[in-house]
Amino acid sequence: MVFLFYFLSAIMVISALLVVFSKSPINNVIYLIICFIAMAGHYILLNAQFLAVVHIIVYTGAIMVLFLFVIMLLNLNKAIIPQKSAAARILAVVTGGLFFLVLIAATRQTFVITPRYAFTSEIGLVANVGKTLFHEFLLPFEISSVLFISAMVGAVMFGKRDHSVGDD
Amino acid sequence: MNEITSAIQLIPLQHYIILSVTLFSIGMMGVLFRRNIIAILMCLELMFNSANLLLAAFSAYHSDPSGQVFVFFIMIVAAAEVAVGLSIVVMMKRNVESVDINLLNRLKW
Amino acid sequence: MVEQIPNINLAWLVPAFPLLGFLVTGLANRKLKHNQAGIIASAMVLLSFLVSVVLFFILRASGQNEATVTLFNWISISGMNIPFALLIDHLSLTMMLIVTGVGALIHIYSIGYMHDDERVNSFFAQMNLFTFSMLLLVMGANYLVLFIGWEGVGLCSYLLIGFWFKNPEYNYAARKAFVMNRIGDLGFILGIILLFFTFKTVTFSEIFVQASGFQVGAPVITLITILLLVGAVGKSAQIPLFTWLPDAMAGPTPVSALIHAATMVTAGIYMIARSSILYNLAPLTLNIIIVIGLATAIIAALIGLKQNDIKKVLAYSTVSQLGYMFLALGLGAYSAGVFHVTTHSFFKALLFLGAGSVIHAMGGEQDIRKMGGLRKKMPLTYFTFLAATLAISGIPPFSGFFSKDLILSKAFEHSIILYILALGGALITCFYMFRLLYLVFFGEQRLAGAHPHEAPKVMTIPLIILSVLSVFGGFLNIPSLFNGDSEFITFLQTAVVSKASEELSHSTEIGLILGSLLLLGLVIFLAYRTFVSKSIIPAKDGEPMPFFSKLIANRFYIDEMYTTVFEKPFGYLSDFFYNKVENSLLDPVVDEIGFTTSRVGTLLRKLQQGNMSFYLFAMVAGILLFIIFILIV
Repeated sequence: MVFLFYFLSAIMVISALLVVFSKSPINNVIYLIICFIAMAGHYILLNAQFLAVVHIIVYTGAIMVLFLFVIMLLNLNKAIIPQKSAAARILAVVTGGLFFLVLIAATRQTFVITPRYAFTSEIGLVANVGKTLFHEFLLPFEISSVLFISAMVGAVMFGKRDHSVGDD
Repeated sequence: MNEITSAIQLIPLQHYIILSVTLFSIGMMGVLFRRNIIAILMCLELMFNSANLLLAAFSAYHSDPSGQVFVFFIMIVAAAEVAVGLSIVVMMKRNVESVDINLLNRLKW
Repeated sequence: MVEQIPNINLAWLVPAFPLLGFLVTGLANRKLKHNQAGIIASAMVLLSFLVSVVLFFILRASGQNEATVTLFNWISISGMNIPFALLIDHLSLTMMLIVTGVGALIHIYSIGYMHDDERVNSFFAQMNLFTFSMLLLVMGANYLVLFIGWEGVGLCSYLLIGFWFKNPEYNYAARKAFVMNRIGDLGFILGIILLFFTFKTVTFSEIFVQASGFQVGAPVITLITILLLVGAVGKSAQIPLFTWLPDAMAGPTPVSALIHAATMVTAGIYMIARSSILYNLAPLTLNIIIVIGLATAIIAALIGLKQNDIKKVLAYSTVSQLGYMFLALGLGAYSAGVFHVTTHSFFKALLFLGAGSVIHAMGGEQDIRKMGGLRKKMPLTYFTFLAATLAISGIPPFSGFFSKDLILSKAFEHSIILYILALGGALITCFYMFRLLYLVFFGEQRLAGAHPHEAPKVMTIPLIILSVLSVFGGFLNIPSLFNGDSEFITFLQTAVVSKASEELSHSTEIGLILGSLLLLGLVIFLAYRTFVSKSIIPAKDGEPMPFFSKLIANRFYIDEMYTTVFEKPFGYLSDFFYNKVENSLLDPVVDEIGFTTSRVGTLLRKLQQGNMSFYLFAMVAGILLFIIFILIV
């Protein structure tokens, strides 16, 4: 099991790096999907089954497909994808590395806290998450529907062809 | 099955933290590295997910389901964000014929 | 606590009428037809005069000496309680009657005098406002209400001097009056503050009760009285703050009569008389007042000798007469000072109104060298003017004789030198007044093309009434010498505490009067010989004259001295601050701050290019630094 953790972690990190460095947008999306599937594996490893399923459905099933659709819709390919200058790219890598180092340094100052509840492997099950969700977090859950509606309205608004300004 | 449920006790929480930090930094680097706005959005998703992973890990270690509910909410927000963000990308492509963020230089006004 | 006198609350009507008149004529300025404002304003002042008379009889019938009418509680803070109250006693009644009575006559006169002015409505509004302020001044039951009136009359004086504001010189004169008054007001307000600090109240009656607890010559009382004196000196145009009054003649003549002769300039004398109890405790201040008063009386009289503007002559004579009033105050004979205020308000108002009538007839000409021979053309004006001249010169039985003689005898009681100096001043007064009279009314008419004519009735009737008052006003106070019982002085004695003095023996008094009469006759004869028999006309402005005459004609160069001593150094100082400090120090510094900011902005603007990649970098760098900061600290 420990091996499984490191294996999944390696897949995630490598595919994440490829997302960043690969030039083709389609490839980016594919690598991101690989990364997310590995993450779903991590969720299963944490015995968070509900999350694992939702993650696969929402991220890989919906969001990434949306990305793919947009890329195809806009007909993006390698040739028209702009690249930053070499200096800027090196700077970006250095900054990312620094960020990593600083965050690692920050974790060194953490300390172990004793868990509030006795250990149980059951909490990630659908029944338990569902109870918490519809019991303690009912109001935020309902409000999130409002968020979705507004996001949908916003997306439609943006997607409409703008007649006031524009090139046509 | 039993093996899996007890697996988390074999792996220290520290390792999950390091993994999240790594993914987050890669996402951050990607945001700075790319000019393609779609790639930047993808890197943002990566950062979102590193945070999700950390929340789920803490939740499991502390046996508190609230953390996983948080992850669920984050996914909701992420989905909404992607929907709006991608529609903005479509609009941008339509208006400036490009997905290059360097062309979005009107923020100074 | 004395019981309330019935109907004494009518007192509020006295200032209310002019205020109403001011509001009506002031607000309906444009709506009123040409003469309506004058009629309304005069009616209001007349009504307030009638109420004053009624009050006089109410007070007399009640048998009490004073009454306080509290209108409302004005300032009430912890430890400080100042009611807006009016004080009705014999002193304020006297002043009220003068202000409203003489004021009403002058208002009526103004209807005729200002008839052709386009801003006649504003004129009457301001005159009514002045009357209101002056009434507040004399009726206030505490120093603060008095101060409101004090400032109010200062303001109206400014407005009315500069009434013909299209002439820059008149504006300058108005400003000069205002600034000089302000110097005095500063002393006055400091005095009030010190009074409050010392007595914890500003109400007259309470202060005077407490004052009896102080020693004669107590330093704090001396300081208070000197500060109040500064205010009085400014308002009553005494040395060294007198130069504004002659310039104030820039205003219309009725203004000069009302404000700068009869009422406002006597405010200082009223205030000192009102504070007589305090002044009695400060012999040092009294001595200062004597010196100031006498010096003013003589210097102003000397200057009056060589003035050629009819109004300027009268202005200097006013300053001189005010000096006599100060002299009386300084001698502790406050009632005598107030008595002279009364008679002076009659004959000086008359003189000014007569002068106004002459100026009116001459078509605006004020130079006495160009007048002459008006006696036959304007007999009524001539006779009233003559009456006033005799009164001011102190010829018995005209009113000026009684008041001036009272002051002179008080001076004689004090010291013979004072008497001689004061008498000398009186002789000079007599000389220049007769010089004025002879030059204006006798001889040949010297201005060609002018057709002098008698003024309309609305102007002559006030002249007649005032001349009657000038002639017989003195009988208010017939001294014991003429088997009188000094009624006026006795009347005032309840409100004003004069210093006790031994009476002169009747024989001495008769001797003094006869001597002075002889000298006066001589002076009048001299003036007659000079200006009528020899018909000498004063030299034109540019002609050379002896040193002393030149000194006098140029008003002892006092204005020039003030210019050199105060104005020029201040001008240099202002120039210095403007050129050196502001222009070469402050301005560049302020500018440099602006320029630097702008330059830094230009530099920083390069960061704000709208480049999103850069913004992202900056954001990440910021977060990074922030985390590092948290980690280190």
